[in-house]
Amino acid sequence: MECVFGLVGNGFALVVADTSAVHSILVHKSNEDKIMILDSHKLLGASGESGDRVQFTEYIQKNVALYQFRNGIPLTTAAAANFTRGELATALRKSPYFVNILLAGYDKETGPSLYYMDYIATLHKIEKGAFGYGSYFSLSMMDRHYHSGMSVEEAIDLVDKCIVEIRSRLVVAPPNFVIKIVDKDGAREYAWRESIKDAAALPPTTA
Amino acid sequence: MSIFEYNGSALIAMVGKNCFAIASDRRLGVQLQTIATDFQRIYKIHDKLYIGLSGLATDAQTLYQRLFFRHKLYQLREERDMKPETFANLVSAILYEKRFGPYFCQPVIAGLGDDDKPFICTMDSIGAKELAKDFVVAGTASESLYGACESMYKPDMEPEELFETVSQALLSSMDRDCLSGWGGHVFVITPTEVIERTLKGRMD
Repeated sequence: MECVFGLVGNGFALVVADTSAVHSILVHKSNEDKIMILDSHKLLGASGESGDRVQFTEYIQKNVALYQFRNGIPLTTAAAANFTRGELATALRKSPYFVNILLAGYDKETGPSLYYMDYIATLHKIEKGAFGYGSYFSLSMMDRHYHSGMSVEEAIDLVDKCIVEIRSRLVVAPPNFVIKIVDKDGAREYAWRESIKDAAALPPTTA
Repeated sequence: MSIFEYNGSALIAMVGKNCFAIASDRRLGVQLQTIATDFQRIYKIHDKLYIGLSGLATDAQTLYQRLFFRHKLYQLREERDMKPETFANLVSAILYEKRFGPYFCQPVIAGLGDDDKPFICTMDSIGAKELAKDFVVAGTASESLYGACESMYKPDMEPEELFETVSQALLSSMDRDCLSGWGGHVFVITPTEVIERTLKGRMD
């Protein structure tokens, strides 16, 4: 029931993910951040097996950082995407990572870009994409309302439309979502869309 | 659904008079959901050699990367481009290496060999080569493609007529296959030029 989707706008790229950590019928937490900030100008939204997701995305993050330390310049988004695909493809016939990835980045020369990578290492550059059951709703909403060169306001409006659809039409819809954006000023968290807030910590009992 | 039908594809290569055409569909899907409508299946190895890879997209990408690497290495050592026949043997060998854990791809190879004689061939996922003098097809729409090509093919077609024939065969076969479609990508290669065109068919 994990929902990850993303789109490219005018000089920016957005990635949206649900924030539920689920094991069978139990929701462990509703504020799990599934969009990793890979480096200053890249976002990695991942969905799938939770252990693989955390392990694999951290591995990619550390290797991207290592490249920058060794070479003095950061990887481009395309290079990071191809590196990630290579790791997924190599592991595929040994012990595959069941992680689906949307990699968004901003490069000074080429602008914003979004890459779709499924768990069997199919890589494709896209303008809009989604994973999970939520994709049936978010892709259709984006097919209807998306156009290239959207402003941030228009894109967030579209994201909210997608979230409304997922919440109203998906039977086990995740309650909360996080939206992260990457543009020339870097990768950062943009907003949360919460319909269930975790209860505040209980006050200490007095003896 | 078989693993070969996971992403969906349609590929065709046809021989004309001192030229050849290679064409593919543009859909990238995950079973019945369409992910992208601009996916590239045909890759250039060198100016007179093209390979189309149908089947599982991830294996097609990996295989293309390995083959392009091997060709670049050949170019460095031999200081010339590979002949299409040689390249077909290389692809066949690389596929058979993985005999008991294969790449789920069916390549279609098309090129101009010695004296610019057109060469086409296809092979199965473990490298069994099938040379043909007229046309070869691959992908989820292959059965329709065989029928369409058989009826529309004529020997010694000029490039423009070849383009029309390949396009019509591809479009009509894609319309009968739900896993391939969303337009076509056609290359017609002659000894002097490369014509690359995109087709718009039923976008579904």
